[in-house]
Amino acid sequence: MPKLSDLKKGEKGKIVDVSSQEIPMKLLEMGCLPGNSVRLIQQAPFQGPIYLEVNGSYVAIRKETAKLIEIELSK
Amino acid sequence: MSKQIKVALIGNPNTGKTSIFNSLTGLNQKIANYPGVTVEKKEGVCRLSRGTKAHIFDLPGTYSLNASSMDENLVVELLLNKNHKDFPDLAIIVSDVENLKRNLILFTQVKDLEIPTVLAINMSDRMKYKGIELNIEKLEKELDTKIILTTNRSKEWVGDIKNLIENYKELSSKIFLDTSIIEPEYFNNLKKIFPNQKLYKLWVVICQDVNFSNVSRQEIENTDFEIKSKSQLKRLQQKETIKRYQLINNILNEGQIIDSSKAQGFRAKIDKILTHKIFGYLIFLMVLMAIFQSIYEWASVPMDLIDSSFASLADWVKINFPSGAMTNLLADGIITGVGGIVIFIPQIAFLFMFISILEESGYMSRVVFLTDKTMQKFGLSGKSVVPLISGVACAIPAIMATRNIESWKERLITILVTPFMTCAARLPVYLIIIALVIPDEKIFGLNYQAIALMSLYIIGFVTALLSSLVLTKILKIKKRSIFVMEMPNYKFPRIKDVFYTVFEKSKSFVVEAGKIILAISVILWVLATNGIGDKFENPRNYITENVQEISQEEIQTLEASIKLESSFIGYIGKGIEPLFKPLGYDWKIGIGIITSFAAREVFVGTLAVIYNIDNYDDSVGKKEEIKKIMARETDSNGNKIFTLASGISLLLFYAFAMQCMSTLAIVKKETNSWKWPILQFIIMTALAYFISLISFQILS
Repeated sequence: MPKLSDLKKGEKGKIVDVSSQEIPMKLLEMGCLPGNSVRLIQQAPFQGPIYLEVNGSYVAIRKETAKLIEIELSK
Repeated sequence: MSKQIKVALIGNPNTGKTSIFNSLTGLNQKIANYPGVTVEKKEGVCRLSRGTKAHIFDLPGTYSLNASSMDENLVVELLLNKNHKDFPDLAIIVSDVENLKRNLILFTQVKDLEIPTVLAINMSDRMKYKGIELNIEKLEKELDTKIILTTNRSKEWVGDIKNLIENYKELSSKIFLDTSIIEPEYFNNLKKIFPNQKLYKLWVVICQDVNFSNVSRQEIENTDFEIKSKSQLKRLQQKETIKRYQLINNILNEGQIIDSSKAQGFRAKIDKILTHKIFGYLIFLMVLMAIFQSIYEWASVPMDLIDSSFASLADWVKINFPSGAMTNLLADGIITGVGGIVIFIPQIAFLFMFISILEESGYMSRVVFLTDKTMQKFGLSGKSVVPLISGVACAIPAIMATRNIESWKERLITILVTPFMTCAARLPVYLIIIALVIPDEKIFGLNYQAIALMSLYIIGFVTALLSSLVLTKILKIKKRSIFVMEMPNYKFPRIKDVFYTVFEKSKSFVVEAGKIILAISVILWVLATNGIGDKFENPRNYITENVQEISQEEIQTLEASIKLESSFIGYIGKGIEPLFKPLGYDWKIGIGIITSFAAREVFVGTLAVIYNIDNYDDSVGKKEEIKKIMARETDSNGNKIFTLASGISLLLFYAFAMQCMSTLAIVKKETNSWKWPILQFIIMTALAYFISLISFQILS
């Protein structure tokens, strides 16, 4: 299953699973929940944080967290 | 007595909550700290009709009632505790029109606490431009609340909000979501055990560590009620959030139309440049340079003005007041000391202005995004950039700005290294010593003095980074790499809000520092003008030079200095001199260093008090410039005190030493332990001592 960290700049996906304990509640409240679509807006250099649009919210998270979120790639 | 209505302003960060607060209260506001914590408590008064007053509390921004920081905890505790003296009669939930969906999560949670609520949809003037249409009537009905569209562009809504506040008893306080539908079996059980408690309140208490006066967490855990594991609770919280989103989506589907084609053009274009992998960093560097350049360029005009005004005020006092001890204390101690503080106001105000503009405009988040990876290499977070930049003004607000760093290790390191940044209080010390020991000459068109000052800023920053690197290696704290940051919309900062911030911060800086300076000046002055023994009473008998051969004026100066050396401060100074001798300082500088452990800026005032007493000369009636007196100072062998070696040693001492009681107090509060401020004090001061020692021994 692809992870949120696999998204490339400009690509979109749909969130499938966020059940990992390590995912902060705050991210879920921002709308990072199963079924919502997500788009990668920008990737900071040197594997830095990723900048996402999810459920109308704009949020930046680190790659480590993105690796815990399962998604489905959309065209 | 008229009834006072208590209103809590609650909202997500970046929703313009503070603008609404400012519009309702104007300058009728005060900022204090909540008891025991350093969370800012912003309170203001709003006048309603018929003499009623509303007390408005601007609570820290929060995304939900699932608190994850000290600031958020405070919001939750206040809203749960009916007996709290600030418990609100009603809550105004401020929400951003562009992100209603997410903002409504918090709204529905507050509503479930059965507090009467008003929904303020802010930045409504952007609706048309963003292609958003709202059916207010429908939304009011579905959300069971009153809605006010607010904007910075007009003031019409202020009256509407005041009306609602006045008639808050008519507002609905019905819950939005029946908590038990999250997991019926579990919650019905809970209801049976605590039949008199509100279900949602219980749930909030179960999920997190908050003090709730009616039922404590422990009480719940002590019953035979089934205890859920952390991961089970989290799953339920997640379920709750999903449920809320579902309901909100259903309502918004009917009450809100968004034409997404209009939505994000501007934001995307600016983001493309500001978060670009090359231009992003270049722009950030340019912004930083522009800020520092303008602070020094623009601030120099008002600073010179303040400097000369205080100098003439001191002269005026000396001429027009009856000469004597009190007048000297006033002119030399207090006016000079307070002047040494007031002179920073322009720089501090400019710095706070820029930081506030960077934050309000949404740019700071982009900088955090770009720098996170690099900062992580040093053991910091991208979010440490804000405290480090603010640290150039003052470490106190900077350390308070570390709160949104989620990882404790990264936050602690940021708190520990921020005081290395060159704060405004070091500046007068630097300026006076640089002027004394560094030649005012140019090399390749660059002024030596400017290079020296620049180097001190760089030394501060590099030391902060290097010590973080060391601290990450030695601190045995498990690091969890958490980092969630909203990337807010770009906004044009509202001038009024920036002004309020600058005004409040500068005011509290001057008042706090002024109090310390005043106290220390008076103490020093008393110690310096009193003494015991014959040497202090009859200094003339102890002049070693042939009295016949020197002028009357010289005799007076010699007398004064003998008197000072045998005063109380002289004895103390002489006592500590051996400690500072290896660094190249005499006892007067030693006293200056000791007093600056209260606050660095006290140094100049201290020297002013000591040197002016030493050189007081009523016949001239004019205060000599402190710099000139310092330049003349010699030791008993006739060697100058302020040389390149002792000057650089002193500069480095101030660059590294932890000389600020207020910072230590803040570190204690923020880390909730004495361990960190004490370690910080010892390590920084020891570092300062050894570096100064080495530099003096090499240079002299």
